[in-house]
Parts: sequence; C-alpha cells; structure tokens
Amino acid sequence: METLELKRIASQVRRDIVRMVSAVNSGHPGGSLGCTDFLTVLYFDAMNHNASNFSMDAIGEDVFYLSNGHISPVWYSVLARAGYFPAAELGTFRKMSARLQGHPSTDKKLPGIRMASGSLGQGLSNALGTCQTKKLNGDKSIVYTLHGDGELQEGQIWEAAMYASANKVDNIISTIDYNGRQIDGDVEDVLSLGNLSQKWQAFGWEVLSVDGHDIDELKSTLAKAKSMTGNGKPIMIIMKTEMGQGVDFMVGSHKWHGVAPNAEQLEIALNQLEETLGDY
Amino acid sequence: MIEIEVLGNKDTRSGFGEGLLEVGKINKDVVALCADLTGSLKMDAFLKEFPERFFQIGIAEANMIGMAAGMTIGGKIPYTGTFANFSTGRVYDQIRQSVAYSKKNVKICASHAGLTLGEDGATHQILEDIGMMKMLPNMTVIVPCDFNQTKQATIAIADYDSPVYLRFGRPVMPIFVKPDAKFVIGKADTILEGTDVTIIACGHLVWKSIEAAKVLEAQGISVELINMHTIKPLDKEAILKSVAKTRCVVTAEEHMINGGLGDSVAQVLIQNDLVPQEYVGVNDSFGESGTPMELMTKYGIDTQNVVDAALKVIQRKK
Repeated sequence: METLELKRIASQVRRDIVRMVSAVNSGHPGGSLGCTDFLTVLYFDAMNHNASNFSMDAIGEDVFYLSNGHISPVWYSVLARAGYFPAAELGTFRKMSARLQGHPSTDKKLPGIRMASGSLGQGLSNALGTCQTKKLNGDKSIVYTLHGDGELQEGQIWEAAMYASANKVDNIISTIDYNGRQIDGDVEDVLSLGNLSQKWQAFGWEVLSVDGHDIDELKSTLAKAKSMTGNGKPIMIIMKTEMGQGVDFMVGSHKWHGVAPNAEQLEIALNQLEETLGDY
Repeated sequence: MIEIEVLGNKDTRSGFGEGLLEVGKINKDVVALCADLTGSLKMDAFLKEFPERFFQIGIAEANMIGMAAGMTIGGKIPYTGTFANFSTGRVYDQIRQSVAYSKKNVKICASHAGLTLGEDGATHQILEDIGMMKMLPNMTVIVPCDFNQTKQATIAIADYDSPVYLRFGRPVMPIFVKPDAKFVIGKADTILEGTDVTIIACGHLVWKSIEAAKVLEAQGISVELINMHTIKPLDKEAILKSVAKTRCVVTAEEHMINGGLGDSVAQVLIQNDLVPQEYVGVNDSFGESGTPMELMTKYGIDTQNVVDAALKVIQRKK
C-alpha cells in the first residue's frame, strides 16, 4: 500500500486509541500510540490475511500474536479498520459483555484474535507452536509477533528464543517495541536489557533494526525480513519507538503507559490527529 | 465375595505411552511435546514411530505449554508430557492464559503425580495439582486408575475438543480394568455394588479401595465402590444415586485433602443430599523420600486408612 495511505490509516488509528481509552478512563494509550505505525504497516502492507472471513486455523494465512496484550487498543483499531469487525464496536472497549476485553481474549470470539494475552512473555511460545504446525501442514505462511521491551524481562521469552534457533524455526518474524519505558520508569533503570541486539544474536536470531515511526522504513524492513525467512534462522526486528507517539504531551514518557486522557486532554490530542477514515 | 480379576501389573505411565502411540496411529493430528523426560513419560515409542510429530522442548516447561497452545492453530492436537509438578504448578499461568482461557485443545499429560513418585522426595511429589487444574474454567481433569484405563483415557481425549489435564503415575500397580473397556469422560465406573458405604476413589486409590472393600466385606460391611476417573466434569448423578442407597461416603485420593476429589464430592453432597463424608488424602503436608508403598502408609492413603474411614463414616450415619 502507498505510504501516504498508510499514514492516513495510522492517523485514524491514533484517534481511535485516544478516544477508546478516554471513553472508559482506562487502558494503555502510550504503547498503543507507539506501535500504531508498525501495526498499520503490518496489517495493511506486509501480512497475507483474510479479514472478511476470519479463520482460527489460519490455513494459508499469516498469523500475528500480540504478546504485550495491554496495547490492545491499537490492535483492536487496526483489526476494525482492516475489516475484521465494524469500527463502531470500538466504542464497546472495556465495557461489560464486550468482545473488546481490556486485554485480548478469544472467549468472546472477536475476529482476528487467536490467543489471549496480557500476562506477559507467552506470545513467542504461542507463535513458535503455530510455526511448527505450519511446517507440519506444509503451509508456507509466516507467523509474526510483537513484544514490549519490558516484557523481555520474562524468562519464558528466553526459553522460546533458545528453542527457535536450536530448531531452525525460520517462519517467524518477531518485533520488539523498543521504547525504553515500562510502568515503573525507564527500562534501563528498572531492569536493564543490556545490549539487546547482541543478546538476540547470541541466541541465534537474525536481527534487524527499524525506526518504528518511519512508514517507508517499516515497509522495507518487513519486506526484507520476509525475504530472509526459510533460511534456517528466526528473525527479530528491534523497532525503536516513542511511547505516546503522535500526541505531544504523551510522547516519550512512561507516565502515559496505562493512564487515559481526560476530556480536556482528549480534545488537545484529537486536534493533533487528523480524522481520515471517519471516527467510529 | 468380592472378586476382581487382576490382569497383570504395570505402571499407569506405561498406559499413557501405549495410548499415545495408538492414538498417534489413529489420528494424524496428534503431536507430542516433551520437556526432557521422554523415557520417564514412556513417550519413546511415539517418538520412534512419528519423529516428525514429536517435539523435544528441553527443560523449558513454560515454553512447552505456550507452544502447545500455539500448535492448535492449524488443527494439531498437542499432548505435552512431563512430571505432574512441572505440568501444573510451574506453568500455572501459561495454562491459565494460553490453554484454559483461550480454550485450546491441549492435553496436559502429567506423570509421577503424588507421593508414589517415591524416592525423589517432596520437591517432585505434587499433591495440589488436581485442585489447581479443576479450578480452571474450561479444564477437564482426568485421573485414571490403572494401566488399561490410562491407555484408554489417553486415546479418548483426542476426540474431546477441550483442554484436558490427564494425571497418572510411576509405581507398578495391579491392572483390573478390562482392556476392551470403553472410557467415557465424565461418566464414573461403579466397580462394586454395595449398600453400607460408598467409597469414591481415583487413581491409585481405586486399587487400595478394592483391597479395603475386601477387608470390610470380611467384617460384614457391603461397599459400593465408584471409580471417579473424571474429577471435572464430575458425575454428580453417580454420587447421588449411590448415597441414596448407602447414606455415607468415603473419598480416597493421592492428593491433598484440600481441593481434591473429596472436596468436589462434598460440594455435591452439601447442595443435594447431606450425608456424612470422610476423607482419605494427604492432610496439609509435603511428602518425603521413601518407597511408594511406605509413603502411602505414612501419609495416610493406604488400604487401612480407607477401611478406618469407612468404619468411622458408618458410625457417623447412626
């Protein structure tokens, strides 16, 4: 898809995010805004998927796992805008009986979601399982994941990292939202990740890096990653982002990790984000 | 005169191993994952027959459960294998989110459950796993009683589209379920019909309860023995039908009294037909090293404990 069009979608997704969290005075806008450009490019440019006829088994389709489930607002918005369910349903986010639970789940059968996430560190393992099933089925599709950088403090991530390279799982493209922030502050202060690129390389992964707010670079990096699949190694993209990207008073601070803007702040935010596809 | 034919002696884990191989032949979607305990879980035969469908995960149980959940996307039926301790407590959150809440068709197969793991001691002797697993919504909990029934259950769960916890063990025990018996999930087996006391047991305690029933019979007491191989969903009908006749219950399990089969039975009785119940189980204690049979005696889950509980509960109904 053309870069200009992707930017227009991303702008609408950001509007959706701040409106969704503000409406229920809860949710996680910071990371959602930071990953908006990535998820927009992933769903509208990179992935081979069928939005109009969602299939849990995803035969012949690429699969995406959101391991850092708390940034559900961005995923829900992108899924809705891609056609998985009506955009109007975004207005039910976090409300009683809604399919759009606070964290993604499968039990209310929201199209587009194949696994619950929220308790961190599990999505990479889920993805590796699907990768192995795809190989058994002779299905050449790709499995994508997204992880928070703080999430990498979970031990299960590294169990999965070790498994993937040892078993030559080469139909996975994982991405880390490397914004350097987590709930209690900077990742560097809470529990440093050290040299992240070297860590993944030492675990046997191909490592790419990308500016998570440069649509062209996201497109080319995901295309490059795809071209690298099937070569015996799992692929990791370390994506530099800013938490809260697109809203000036939120950007670059961990304070908006899990806090919703009030009515006044929402108005300021919406003034910075162009309505392109029509608000839900 | 109670006559239960003993067909041989084997460990229930071997029943799992044979069942896994057989279900692998029947159903090509069955895959197996193991966390470095292939020999202990008797998964070697499946590995040899279907190497491409066997996944050695290494000592990384959290990754194993997460991968198993992910493997269901695309139609596989994953069976995970490790000790009961590492199948449950170690990975409770992974099971909770990726398997139970996400309602994935994963079969968590847990060997070396309870005290009868023996000499390895309390670090490995989990006695809380039934409780943990039965509390999870969407989870089915099965504790077969002998080699044949474990094999039958292993095969049956493949056709049952649900998360399942299948619990079995290490010691060699008598085989008494017929090799051609049909295993029905959620439907209890009445092994003995009687009138004075109902004994509801699962796992290795079913055999202990058969022995106890013989002792009680010699004292003129008629035992109805129910093999409650499925803890969840619980066969309430079988319980209520039996207590309508006997008016008292003993539950017997290789598990903590807290949260086990006995507590599930007690819930049914409290809400429907309040008759006296006695528990045979481990009373809020860790185990220790020893032979399986020594440990069963020391921790109060042996034949004599079932006998004593039956005599006590019969007294209480008077």
